[in-house]
Amino acid sequence: MENSTLISIEGLKKYFPTSGGRFTALNGIDLTIGKAEFTGVVGPSGSGKTTLLNIIGSLDSPSEGRAVVLGQSISNLNPKQAALLRRSKLGFIFQSYNLLPVYTVFENVEFPLLLLRLDDNLRRKMVMDSLEWLGMTDKVKSKPAQLSGGECQRVAIARAMVKKPEIVLADEPTANLDAANSHNILKTMARLNSEFKTTFIFATHDDKVIGYLKRKISLVDGKVTMDEIRNN
Amino acid sequence: MIRFLLKGILRDKQRSLLPVVIVIIGVMLTVFLYCWLRGILNDSIELNARFNAGHVKIMTASYAKNVDQLPNDLAITGVDTLLIKLKREFPEMKWGERIHFGGLIDVPDSRGETRAQGPAAGFGIDLLSGDRSEIERFNLEKSLRRGRLPVHSGEILMSEEFSVKLKVNPGDTVTLIGSTMNGSMALYNYTVSGTIVFGTGPMDQGSVIVDLDDVRNALDMNNAAGEIVGYLADNYYDEEKVAHVVTKFNSLFPASNDEYAPVIVTLRQQNSLGKMIDQIKAVGAFAVFIFVLSMSLVLWNAGLLGGLRRYSEFGIRLAIGEDYSHIYKTMIYESVLIGLIGSLIGTSAGLLGSLYLEHHGLDLSNMMKNATILMPAIFHTRITSTAYFIGFIPGLLSTVIGTMLSGIGIYKRKTAQLFKELET
Repeated sequence: MENSTLISIEGLKKYFPTSGGRFTALNGIDLTIGKAEFTGVVGPSGSGKTTLLNIIGSLDSPSEGRAVVLGQSISNLNPKQAALLRRSKLGFIFQSYNLLPVYTVFENVEFPLLLLRLDDNLRRKMVMDSLEWLGMTDKVKSKPAQLSGGECQRVAIARAMVKKPEIVLADEPTANLDAANSHNILKTMARLNSEFKTTFIFATHDDKVIGYLKRKISLVDGKVTMDEIRNN
Repeated sequence: MIRFLLKGILRDKQRSLLPVVIVIIGVMLTVFLYCWLRGILNDSIELNARFNAGHVKIMTASYAKNVDQLPNDLAITGVDTLLIKLKREFPEMKWGERIHFGGLIDVPDSRGETRAQGPAAGFGIDLLSGDRSEIERFNLEKSLRRGRLPVHSGEILMSEEFSVKLKVNPGDTVTLIGSTMNGSMALYNYTVSGTIVFGTGPMDQGSVIVDLDDVRNALDMNNAAGEIVGYLADNYYDEEKVAHVVTKFNSLFPASNDEYAPVIVTLRQQNSLGKMIDQIKAVGAFAVFIFVLSMSLVLWNAGLLGGLRRYSEFGIRLAIGEDYSHIYKTMIYESVLIGLIGSLIGTSAGLLGSLYLEHHGLDLSNMMKNATILMPAIFHTRITSTAYFIGFIPGLLSTVIGTMLSGIGIYKRKTAQLFKELET
């Protein structure tokens, strides 16, 4: 683990209202995550993995405690500021790829840069670079429907990486892929992690993913039960 | 970003073609219905104006009071002088003298005995002076069924239906039995020059048309006319222009106790036409309102569905870091674009259809055979300035409002649910 702390979480609790009272999704989490980590939040369904990812990704805010991401307290962000944080510093990878079907591979990857209002030439270069990292330059003009699942997820990773974010959050990124494609994708992400020092945080219960993690944070019922550094 | 969104719109047919087609159809129907209703109103007004009421009508005060009885004994005398003054003072108007008369048309056999007889409503209008205004106003050339228009004094036109009823053909002689201006009996022979179909039930049942001078001769109405009808130069009834004419006329011919003094009445003031105009306008406005409202709901719904269909796209955009207001704004821009394109094409299509029917009309004469009121049998649309923008109400406004409402859902969307929502 490198020294520079990107994420600092103290006493984090998250409640959700239910018909009979409230459900505690996160129950006092204390964590720090540093630069260039390749970390997984691991646990069974309902353990709070996605909720934790949501808070780190400024998609949700804590009920109690503090979560500071890249120097910004998530609790203090209004929706516009949260969007700005996501837009400029965070990348997201979804289980179902979620590419925009009417746009080409190039355009899908270009989209986050459009939100950053970068000029045409710079955008083009960054998109092509990103696709080159993922080995997808030959599919620039293809539409998502013309790609395999593995290729789609590569494009999704390219989209997440194109702006060179500080942190990439990936929720079950291999859930829809076969074993071979899963390993390919994970190797690629591990390479990007070491090459660009981008912090990757996974929410997963997939053993294939777990096998690549350098740090495994186990969650059960909203509590960290184990925080383990691994030698991968 | 705009170029990026445009690409999306153009490539996603359900996002562009489908809504645009819906908007086009809705707008086209709205524009066409509006023009159709305006046309019905206009045709009804103009039909009454052409055959009977004029845009304004000048009569003596007493004639005006008893106009239903066609009291030619109360007709205007010294018409020539009055007409010269009217033409000088109202250059924006076209004037025509008319004599309405009632009587019997008697058809003799070869021995001069009555073979057939029927009551007739007669029009004495200018047919032979060379001024074709009245011939055009009555649309006589196109209405001619058999024979020809009168070219000589002593010729008469009969409605086709009437001629069939009396078994009269062009070239036959008929006798008008009526009463003169002075109350004595009038008997006058005419040669039937042709038969005509007016296309309106009441007119077709028993009308005859004779040159004005022939009627004057028959009814002893030298230099007299029952009515002088006036028409605005563009032939469209305009209440403001007509009101101006009436004001000026009343200043030139102040009210007096003279029962033969000329008075002016507008189309609205005759035969309950004002009420009819108001009713048609009200019904028309209501129909247009209902239609615009229902089209608005359809297009609103289309906007709503469009927003819902792209639920997952908006989720991705939110997660990637686009803020709520930016997504909302882009939705509005898209709907403005779609509404604008659809409204422009729909309005053009609606206007083109209306333009065709404005010139050619839709012949419903078979359905109007038994009509007893003066209604046009050929319906035309009428394009007014409102027709150019009325389609934009459902086309643009409703589409955008629908999108705005559906877009509110974006603000209600919890980003915390995005990972879950985007899993499927």
